[in-house]
Amino acid sequence: MNYQVDNPLIQVNHLTKHFPVRLGAYGQQSATVHAVDDVSFKIEKGETLGLVGESGCGKSTTGLNLLQLYKPTQGSVIYLGEDLTKKKESDLRPIRKKLQIIFQDPYSTLNPRMTIGTAIVDPMIAHKTYSKKEACERMVKLLKDVGLSPDYANRYPHEFSGGQRQRICIARALALEPEFIVCDEPVSSLDVSVQAQIINLLKDLQEKYQLTYLFIAHDLGVVRYISDRVAVMYLGKLAELAPKDQIFNNPLHPYTEALLSAVPVPNPKEERKRKRIVLADDVPSSINPPSGCRFHPRCPIAFEPCSQIVPEWREVNSRQFVACHAFK
Amino acid sequence: MTPILQVKDLRTRFKVRKRFVYAVNGVSFSVNPGETLGIVGESGCGKSVTMMSILQLLPPSAEIEGGEILFHGQNMLGMKTDQLRKIRGSKISMIFQDPMTSLNPVVNIGTQLSEPLIYHRKYSKSDALDYSADLLDMVGVTDSHDRLKDFPYQLSGGMRQRVMIAMALACQPELIIADEPTTALDVTIQAQIVDLIKQLKKEIGMVMVWITHDLGLIAGLADRILVMYAGYIVEEASVDEIYEDPRHPYTLALIKAVPSIKRDDSQRLYTIGGSPPDLAIRPDFCPFLPRCSYAQDICRKQNPALSTVPDSKHSNHRIACWIDIRNENSK
Repeated sequence: MNYQVDNPLIQVNHLTKHFPVRLGAYGQQSATVHAVDDVSFKIEKGETLGLVGESGCGKSTTGLNLLQLYKPTQGSVIYLGEDLTKKKESDLRPIRKKLQIIFQDPYSTLNPRMTIGTAIVDPMIAHKTYSKKEACERMVKLLKDVGLSPDYANRYPHEFSGGQRQRICIARALALEPEFIVCDEPVSSLDVSVQAQIINLLKDLQEKYQLTYLFIAHDLGVVRYISDRVAVMYLGKLAELAPKDQIFNNPLHPYTEALLSAVPVPNPKEERKRKRIVLADDVPSSINPPSGCRFHPRCPIAFEPCSQIVPEWREVNSRQFVACHAFK
Repeated sequence: MTPILQVKDLRTRFKVRKRFVYAVNGVSFSVNPGETLGIVGESGCGKSVTMMSILQLLPPSAEIEGGEILFHGQNMLGMKTDQLRKIRGSKISMIFQDPMTSLNPVVNIGTQLSEPLIYHRKYSKSDALDYSADLLDMVGVTDSHDRLKDFPYQLSGGMRQRVMIAMALACQPELIIADEPTTALDVTIQAQIVDLIKQLKKEIGMVMVWITHDLGLIAGLADRILVMYAGYIVEEASVDEIYEDPRHPYTLALIKAVPSIKRDDSQRLYTIGGSPPDLAIRPDFCPFLPRCSYAQDICRKQNPALSTVPDSKHSNHRIACWIDIRNENSK
């Protein structure tokens, strides 16, 4: 572990994001998607916080809200003692240098008509952190950092494979010397052999540049590998947050347990012995989330208060947070 | 035991802008009664094209260059379209990857489910609908009679995949080909679908070919596994042997590169350097050579054929590799 405890880089307090939508054939009904609801956590300096959950649970929305790419409906995001949600866009610009993002799909996030060299140099020019000449020198260094040859600088994105494009996106995110990077499913569109390369690269760069990551993913194997702590999200709310060994060896929330048991293990003998907790039904709609604990309709241990009272988010064991009535 | 399906030296290529892309390069395997065969490989390794070649559902740019596909001893290549139609959906059916796009959005579920029954089994419309409701019950869709009137957009991804499975089961086919049927689904929904498939396997003795890139998923499903790389089968063995005693460097690397929730995570993740090869060239050397850490001179000279591993416990363990990686590892 190379991060310090209780030295948060980013603090998220009661973050809420609702999207208004219009339903019905003519959009006559208005409704609200409760994408993220009252989520609080800290990201320590130098750590990787994994954020997992199924599609539509609000993990990407949380990441985008952190960076103020969405304006949160409620709540605050504290970075270096300042609340980012209160800032004007013009005041945010210098801070944006330090907070970067790597997206899931390296095909659609690179401009097809821009050489990759320009794509990496551009942010440095726009933010005026380097002169053009210095920016080009730095670009060469960045390409080397991510394992690409500097000769590629004049090529266009279509000439690269998925894994190479993801390396370019990483180089671009690093161009402004960020402190914090949101990695929004950076390896889920890649093949296993390439995925392993990118994960190792992200780990190496973290060590080299003392980066802090919020690593969003749905693959728990990848998350176990890269994270220091893991947060589990379900339908817009955090279910559990703990150091990774606790999450994987001693999960408290029944959803975490079910999620872990649903992940197949690449070992046929173990796979035959394993007992699975198979959750019934689908994830409910976030337009009309269930009352009380949002997990209660699918929860194997749900009891009386679960359908009425929203469980409190609290620290149960040391540094293990959980929102569940079963743990007092 | 006579195999249900035998594929011999199948070669399929695509014509792309006056060039050829060689997707499947001489693939031979068989599917035996009662088993689930897993085909594993990364994208572009030819696993889906192999299956599409069997049912001849390839796009116009593709061309089957040669080989034989024997279904109960009858060669399916060269069959006329009406002969093929009697097999497709009736004796061999398919579950596709993406349940969002493989159902017709403007036709209700009932009509789509009863179509193969009316066409192949000559059911009357009302009988077909009744049986369709039974099928939906079997795959765990509740209120099946009401669901028949629903359109695909009214169902979630997991439900749609259940409908796809019901459709594949409709005519009680002898063989079901599943092309990454759970890739588009979340893990908890995937677990539901895998449970369903396992249960159906037990109940009706379903024979399946399951295509996937997920080595974790296939470990709990398949009896036998084929590993494909660049249009070649590089290893074939029983599921236990593939994971415990892999003999091809690619299989070994692939297994080591998967991050697992049960694995010790203190070490660096094993990586395979480089990227998958360009399929426009049919190499006369081993296709895995540029990425292989065991490569020797012989690998550059000749492409190894798939042959039996001499010292294996089981006779059906085959690899396409010149090197005995166990000797190399012990050095």
